[in-house]
Amino acid sequence: MSSEKKMLRYLSLCGLLGYGYALESLENALKEELDFVGVDAGSTDPGPYYLGSGKNFVKNLQVKRDLSLILPVIRKRNIPLIIGSSGGAGAAPHVNGTLEIIKEIAKEQDLSFRIAVIYSDLPEGFVKKAANGHLFSCGGSPDFDPAMADSLTNAVAQFGTAPIIEALEKKFDIILAGRCCDTAVFASYPIWKGFDPGLALHAAKIAECGALCARPVGANDSLMVEMYEDHFTVEPPNPARTCTPDSVAAHSLYEQPDPNCFYEPEGKIDLSGCTFEQIGERKVLVKGSHLVPAEKETTKLEGAFLAGYRAITIAGLRDPSGIRHLKEIEEGVRASVAQSANFVKEGEYSLRFLRYGLDAVTGDNEKENPVLPREVGLVIEAVASTQEKADALVGLARSKALHQGFPDRKATAGNLAFPFSPSDFSGGAVYEFALYHLTDLPLEFEVKEVII
Amino acid sequence: MRLYDIAFVCRSKNAGPFQVTVDLMFKDLQTYEQVLKSPAFTVENIGKLYRTDSEKICIKTFEQILTIKVVLPRKCSSGSLLDSDVYGSQQHFPLGNLEI
Repeated sequence: MSSEKKMLRYLSLCGLLGYGYALESLENALKEELDFVGVDAGSTDPGPYYLGSGKNFVKNLQVKRDLSLILPVIRKRNIPLIIGSSGGAGAAPHVNGTLEIIKEIAKEQDLSFRIAVIYSDLPEGFVKKAANGHLFSCGGSPDFDPAMADSLTNAVAQFGTAPIIEALEKKFDIILAGRCCDTAVFASYPIWKGFDPGLALHAAKIAECGALCARPVGANDSLMVEMYEDHFTVEPPNPARTCTPDSVAAHSLYEQPDPNCFYEPEGKIDLSGCTFEQIGERKVLVKGSHLVPAEKETTKLEGAFLAGYRAITIAGLRDPSGIRHLKEIEEGVRASVAQSANFVKEGEYSLRFLRYGLDAVTGDNEKENPVLPREVGLVIEAVASTQEKADALVGLARSKALHQGFPDRKATAGNLAFPFSPSDFSGGAVYEFALYHLTDLPLEFEVKEVII
Repeated sequence: MRLYDIAFVCRSKNAGPFQVTVDLMFKDLQTYEQVLKSPAFTVENIGKLYRTDSEKICIKTFEQILTIKVVLPRKCSSGSLLDSDVYGSQQHFPLGNLEI
């Protein structure tokens, strides 16, 4: 190993910036010497809306709370803080939003920082160029339609450890990364210091979820990681949590298609020879993970497009005949809406009936239950090209559904129980993922300096 | 016995916006092997259950913690117009009903 240090220790603040962590965890972690603090802020879990719209999934006040406790610590100790996939989706509006929060805290607490900002937005024209034979399906994504290239809002690349290592070399106080691999947040520093990349990436994969690998599980708590030459250890600084070999091993299942390996821009991390051993009451030692370097360099791209605007109405059904004839009610409503909505053409909008209690969750994957429930919750959704049209469509559908006739109708005054007035809600913009592909084209990620 | 009853963890979650994985965890090696050897537990059968192309389904095993993972394609991507489970966290059924 090229490094003079044989061990390094870092803190993963929590599973997602803004999810919170126990103050006691931070205090306990600070009893030890730390080389850096990292926190991941990214996820595609909450869906395409956040990437597409440029909004953060986690509220600013939550992010501010988590950062306001750690910023004075890293200033006092002079250790770097690495934030990955800033603002959730990691595009420029998300990164800039997080930068504003840091500035606010710095002003309030009279702190100053040299910040490395690494944007991951794709250069103009890049997707179009890549669509010409340089985009490869990833995680089950369908082939990319080149016609969509101009429709994407906030298309980003997920970079790996290289740009963060570049920023580490320049000794910044805070590295504010745009969309990047979760592992890059925690593996960059150890790889930079000469630790085994397979171990560093595996440790990072566990660390990025905070105390999710502990019991009781908690994405809303911290995890301490120690890297050594041929192994690493994980331990939650919160004494209420414990890591066990099973809890840490089980973490490699989480949100992964294969528990025996995972893929990063650096290559395949093979976990098949991995062992997990309890050392100390709450600490687990991991070894045996190794990196099989990638034959060709690829980068994952993400992009979403605006699919329309949503409006919904929520209602309940108790009448047994109404519940039995919900499909007929739906058909009647669809026909009436098509007839009355002169402001949209057929095919320019969508209407959906989600029948909670019957089949809203698994749809036609499951056979219809012969025993009908006492009550059914109904969500009627309209999506159209403008909010005004979606609102009007759901208004039409709601009033038709309330009075729609069907066989054996006894409750002739109304089919639906609305819990709210107003009964309808404007849902705003709807986005869809279109780009979730690997590219083999080279990409540059510039490290920009911001001093506050 | 239903798969849901013999597994002590039976859960689903997105693995990216285009796939869902179902994790099945068992208390003992015997049950774990019983499921893997069951003629009902095949990608063909699971494909029928989810009305999806069985060639796009994978079964992965992790014996160290007695866990079986089933990777399923999503019929529509997470959060898209047709989706009704953005996180994919309630898609362990109908698989949970499979008789072993």
